[in-house]
Formats: sequence, C-alpha cells, structure tokens
Amino acid sequence: MTPPVRIAQISCGPDYAGVQAEINAAAHEVNGEIFFPDITLKDIRRDFDAFGLDVKSPDLKLAIARAMALVEGRVEADAVFIATCFRCAEAAIVRNELRRYINENSKLPVVSYSFTERTTAGTLLTRMEALTTIARRRALLARETQSGITLGIDSGSATTKAIVMKDDKIIGTGWQPTTEVMKSAQDVIDHALSEAGITLKEVQAIGTTGYGRFLVGKEIKADLIQEELTVNSKGAVYLADKQHGPATVIDIGGMDNKAIAVMDGIPGTFTMGGICAGASGRFLEMTAKRLGVDITELGPLAMKGFGGTVPMNSYCIVFGTQSLVNALAAGSTREDVAAAACHSVAEQVFEQQLQEVDIKEPVIMVGGTSLIEGLVHAMGELLQTKIVVPHHSQYIGSVGSALLASGFIKDE
Amino acid sequence: MVKVFIYPATSLILSDMVARFGHTPLSSAVAIRERIQTPGLESPPLQITPEEPKKGLKWAAVEVPAGVRGRMSLYGPMVEAAEAAIIINDADLSFGCMGCARTNELIKFQLREKDIPKLDLNYPKNDEEGVQFVSAIKKFLEGLGGAK
Repeated sequence: MTPPVRIAQISCGPDYAGVQAEINAAAHEVNGEIFFPDITLKDIRRDFDAFGLDVKSPDLKLAIARAMALVEGRVEADAVFIATCFRCAEAAIVRNELRRYINENSKLPVVSYSFTERTTAGTLLTRMEALTTIARRRALLARETQSGITLGIDSGSATTKAIVMKDDKIIGTGWQPTTEVMKSAQDVIDHALSEAGITLKEVQAIGTTGYGRFLVGKEIKADLIQEELTVNSKGAVYLADKQHGPATVIDIGGMDNKAIAVMDGIPGTFTMGGICAGASGRFLEMTAKRLGVDITELGPLAMKGFGGTVPMNSYCIVFGTQSLVNALAAGSTREDVAAAACHSVAEQVFEQQLQEVDIKEPVIMVGGTSLIEGLVHAMGELLQTKIVVPHHSQYIGSVGSALLASGFIKDE
Repeated sequence: MVKVFIYPATSLILSDMVARFGHTPLSSAVAIRERIQTPGLESPPLQITPEEPKKGLKWAAVEVPAGVRGRMSLYGPMVEAAEAAIIINDADLSFGCMGCARTNELIKFQLREKDIPKLDLNYPKNDEEGVQFVSAIKKFLEGLGGAK
C-alpha cells in the first residue's frame, strides 16, 4: 500500500472548536496523515521574533514557528494544511501571511481554511484530496500533452460534461444539466463518443472529476478519479497554452467557486467554497430566469448595461434576488440588472476568495460561467487585468481529466 | 478553603501554590511541555466535540470564533465558580499559557468584573521581581483565610 501523504497541520483553535476529528477524518479518507510539526518552546520564542508578525495569541506564535520549521526543512512534510477560526481577524492575518510565506519559500502545496464548529470532514475532503494529489502525483500533473484516445468526464453539481481527445485534440464533446448522476454521465459520454465517431472500446484511458467522480469513475472503471482543483487547473493552463510559469485559475461553479494559484500547471495554493449561493453560478441562473432570458443570453445582456446604477449585493441568494426584484420594480433596465448581478458575483468572489491566493497573470477563467461575458468583464475590471477564457472553457474538468488520463495508457 | 481561579489556567506552579495554602485551584489539567506535539500549546487531552462551542454561547456571542466559545465552555463555569482569582499577565510560555489571546482577554475581563478578591500581577523579569512575585502570591493566599 502507498504510504500516506504527510500533511503538516498549522492551526489555531481546531481542537477547542471540536473539529480536529473532522480534519483527521478528511485526511484519512484520501490516504493522508495529519501531523503537528514537533517543535520546542525555545523554537517558538526565536522564530516568532524572527518572523516579525507581532501577534498576541500563543497558538498563532506556535503556528508561525511551525511554518518556519517546515520552510527551513527542520521538519519534513509533503503538504501543509493551515486552519484557523472563522471570524478571527488576528488569525486571518497570520493564516494569510503563512500561506504566502510557505508558498514563496518552499515547494510544499498549501491549503488554508477557516472553520466553524460546523465544519465537517465532507467539506474538507476535496481540499485534502487536492493536497494529497499534488504531493503524490507531481509527475502526472507535469504532463503537458494528451496522447492516444482518452475520455474525460466532469460530473459537476450543476452540469455533466464529457470530452473525447485524440492525439492532443478534442474530437468529441457532451454536455447536459446533472439530474441522475449516472444517467447524465452516460448520456454525455454517448454524445461525445458519437461526435468523435468512435466506440468506447477504442478509448484507451478514462478520467473522472467533479462531485460525482467516485460514483461515475467506479461504474465506468475509470483509470483516474481525481478532484477538480488539480484537474481544472491542469485543463485551464493546457487550453490557454500557459503551461509554464505562474497563472491564476478562477472557476465560478454552480455550487462552489475555486481560485487556484498555479505554477507550471501545478496548484500551489487554492481556495474553494463560497459563503453563500449568492456568489455562485446559481445566482446568475436565477437572475437569467427572472429576467426571462436564457443563461447564454445573460452575458451579452449584461455587457449592454451599467451595473453601477443598480444597488445589489448578492451576499445571500435570497437577498440578492430581492435586490433584483426591487431594482426591476423601481424601473431599472434588464441590461443594468444583468450587469449588476454579474458585478455582484464577481465582487464577492474577489472579496472572499481571491484574497486568499496571490493573483498572478495570466488570470484564466474557466467553467460554464466563464461563457457569461458580463461576469468575465466584471472580474477583469475588479482585477484590473484582461481575463483569458480559453476555448472549450466550459469543459475544463473533462479536458483536464482526458489529458491526465493519457498518462495511464498502458504503452506509456 | 477558597476556590481560586488561576490565570494562566495551565500554570502548574500557581496551581500547586494555591493547593499548598489549602485552597482549591480552578485550573486546567493541561501542562505546558517543552516539546509541542499537539495542535496547540495547551490542547485538551480529551476530544472536544462541536457541542462545546455551542455551550460556549452562554459566555460569547455566535459571531465570536468557535475556538473561543469552545474554550469558554470549559473556563466559563470555572470563572463563575471562582471565589478568588490570581491573574498573571505576560507570563513566559513555560510558566503556563493559554493559546488564544481573545479568550484570554475575555476570561481576564470576566474575572476583573467579579466582586471577588483578586491579585493582578505582571510576570517577573528578574530575580528581585521574582521574590516579590512569590511573596505577593503568598500574602494574597494567606489573606483568603482557611490556610493551613
């Protein structure tokens, strides 16, 4: 059996918040092992002074000393998990600075998280899986070209997508809203194969990702079942042809959002989640429905409007919808409301998630929402950069899976 | 015999002094060790469940971090039961410490609010201050009555 990936935990408060068992369980689930870097009181006094961030909480001083021990190689680890209490300002500053410090001074993959007592192993699972994937599959993640015939399936919370690739080219696609996980997957696979003009027997390797990856992967005997953080970032830099150097990948999904700082196609730091559905693709779907347009028309509509004239803060999907209804009732145009909804989602992702990763150009937006022109425009304005949206960006998970799956072709 | 809350609650020296003078120390059962191999400096030996932060709502509102409320579910009842308190400010980590500064502020405030005998001292920085420090604690504990 493969030895577990050793994940160093740097934290303040999870034991007293009652979530340490959940953190351990999430790591265990993906064959990871949480450990607490063993240091002495003397190390804390010395390293805390050397780091220069004058915090008051002794456990945060301990966190700083542990981070320095990892970076300086006094303690060995495969990955780092930084966790502090949600709503603690002092801890948020330390969490952010340590994440940056480790990212800049070591090759260790890092994920940071702020927990409440309601944090469960399930919430942490994808993040832990991504950490262990980066640590364990660095060679696979370094793959830059697709070879042979491979199939990639992304069983997402809102939509299911499939891609067939042959010799570094996309030759078949399938897309549909997720209803029954397996049925949706089978339908998109059939569509992609038919478009590619090949049979399943000809496919040499299969990869799955997304929320339904385990179920779909088991059923169709996938060679690779991998979480969407590493798969999507790989797919993004591949499609955007930005495989070398830094990049930032933003994926505003149907149920959660991902912001990933990538170096040479491998995630360094990432965040996942969203406070509320108000910051997800769901809110834009609801906006489109209320405006009486198809989701594909929302982007062009938003591009014609001025969001600044409509007060909207979709911190919560219910209040966001209320603002939307109020604005329409007060005489705002559909164009302005569409633009405001796009700006609101982009702003929330910017405020809540992009602060947790260091934004480096190029910024690549992927996933279904990247086709909503107004959203991409709003994000570009907030980040003051031109956002790259690669071709087939809505199939990002499937492309990443198909690309990585080719590493499993027997001849290779 | 008086129930004396000690801050830092992990200080074995303080706990021992209180007991020597015939009083009951209200303290944590956790000692600070030279090597730290647990999540925090004074991680609880038993698993705290997500129920504890909810119990902590009695002492801190829901917007207060879960770690603070979890700690308060343990220390809150002790503060309530305290009949006297010794507070040592800016103690060295090895003397005893509690990991979260926000909880520490809240505990100290709640103790200072209580109408009970209190000794509020700074941790000594040299031998001379050390002698005065021990003598002040001794005098305070003797003054509580019920001493051996």
